[in-house]
Amino acid sequence: MPLNKTDDDPERARRFRELALPCLDDVYTLARYLLRDPADAEDAVQDCYLRAFKHFDTYRGPAIKPWLFAILRNVCNAEFARRSTANTKAIDDAPEAAEQPPLWREAQETPEGAMLRERDASAIRRLIDALAEPFRETFVLREINNLSYREIAEAAGVPVGTVMSRLARARAMLRAAWMAEEEPSQ
Amino acid sequence: MTCDEAEILLHALADGELDAGHAHEVEAHVATCPRCTAELAAVRQMHDAIASADLKFTAPPLLRRRIEAALPQPQRPAAPTRRFVLRGFAMGSAVSALAATGLVAIVLSKDDQQRIEAEIVSAHLRSLQAGHLTDVISTDQHTVKPWFNGKLDVSPPVIDLTAQGFTLIGGRLDYVDARAIGAVVYKRRQHVINLFVAQTSDTTQHTAKMDTIQGFNIRRWGERGLKFWAVSDIGADELNEFGTKFETAMSANKEG
Repeated sequence: MPLNKTDDDPERARRFRELALPCLDDVYTLARYLLRDPADAEDAVQDCYLRAFKHFDTYRGPAIKPWLFAILRNVCNAEFARRSTANTKAIDDAPEAAEQPPLWREAQETPEGAMLRERDASAIRRLIDALAEPFRETFVLREINNLSYREIAEAAGVPVGTVMSRLARARAMLRAAWMAEEEPSQ
Repeated sequence: MTCDEAEILLHALADGELDAGHAHEVEAHVATCPRCTAELAAVRQMHDAIASADLKFTAPPLLRRRIEAALPQPQRPAAPTRRFVLRGFAMGSAVSALAATGLVAIVLSKDDQQRIEAEIVSAHLRSLQAGHLTDVISTDQHTVKPWFNGKLDVSPPVIDLTAQGFTLIGGRLDYVDARAIGAVVYKRRQHVINLFVAQTSDTTQHTAKMDTIQGFNIRRWGERGLKFWAVSDIGADELNEFGTKFETAMSANKEG
């Protein structure tokens, strides 16, 4: 257990604050989308920061955000595991199952090039929240946290190719849901 | 390029993630394919819609305060360890008053120890910079050891600890305290351990002491007229394990 006796090293604490605290809003944003609950998100973010500080020696740079996000993911996954044992109702957090092809082929039925109706932030958030994992995570990391493919791959611990296919599918699913909501008959 | 191939690459194109060559290929396909043209427009349209909506959240101020309070305060003075207090004496006006007591001698040798350890850590850091970890690269102790001949006034013991989980990767000539010093380099997983070896007139056995400087752990000990400093970013317990195994192997191996 590489627990250095450096927790009270002022230089280390200063450097961590300088690097990690400016990312707080980004980390909180990702937590909100991953957990879909404000109180859980707060707990996860706090846990994430304490863990990150404890393991600050493992941060090798260059960008700190993907590293923080990877820690947040671990915290959230632990939370999902706790929830799924706490109540028998399963959370849609089964990557293998979600990775199975389609469900989303209906995207092709939407008229190509049709314009998306403008929506306010809360409506878009609701649509994003409805996306299944791991597509929601990939989508949020790209479109809201503005990470590069390589940084997403680092944060999510998957190859860049997987990031690309998840992102393509996430966008197709979101678009389908977006269009579907515009037709009151459905 | 077919539509199937372009389907995923369209996203990478819209995201500016393609290199010039691939971007050109995808664009060439899109130019001839109405379906992919529409698809690309749809991707861009959604991107714009998402970007123009404010979808980020702001962390509640209370959360921020809670996290800040949980982290060690950067401006908090370090706990006054014995060394800290002694150094304070050494630098303060108390020096002259205490000179007669002999305490200064202790303080200075402590301080000297500190300075050398700080230099050892600097040498460790230098060695991690690109391209100068080892002057001789070998996992064979019988290659690394002779390499030091004629370069130093000591023959650093080079012991292969691969079987014990510490891989020998080479040796290096370094400078500490304005003197050439031997560094034997080991790896534990992705972590580098520098073992610095210097001569000392003191032939008594010195038991190991652990220290931490700038987040690096140091284990120092002395044996048979040699002083050792092992430095690494691995945990104190692992570094101690390294030192113990090295000492055990050294006493078992008279050739050492």
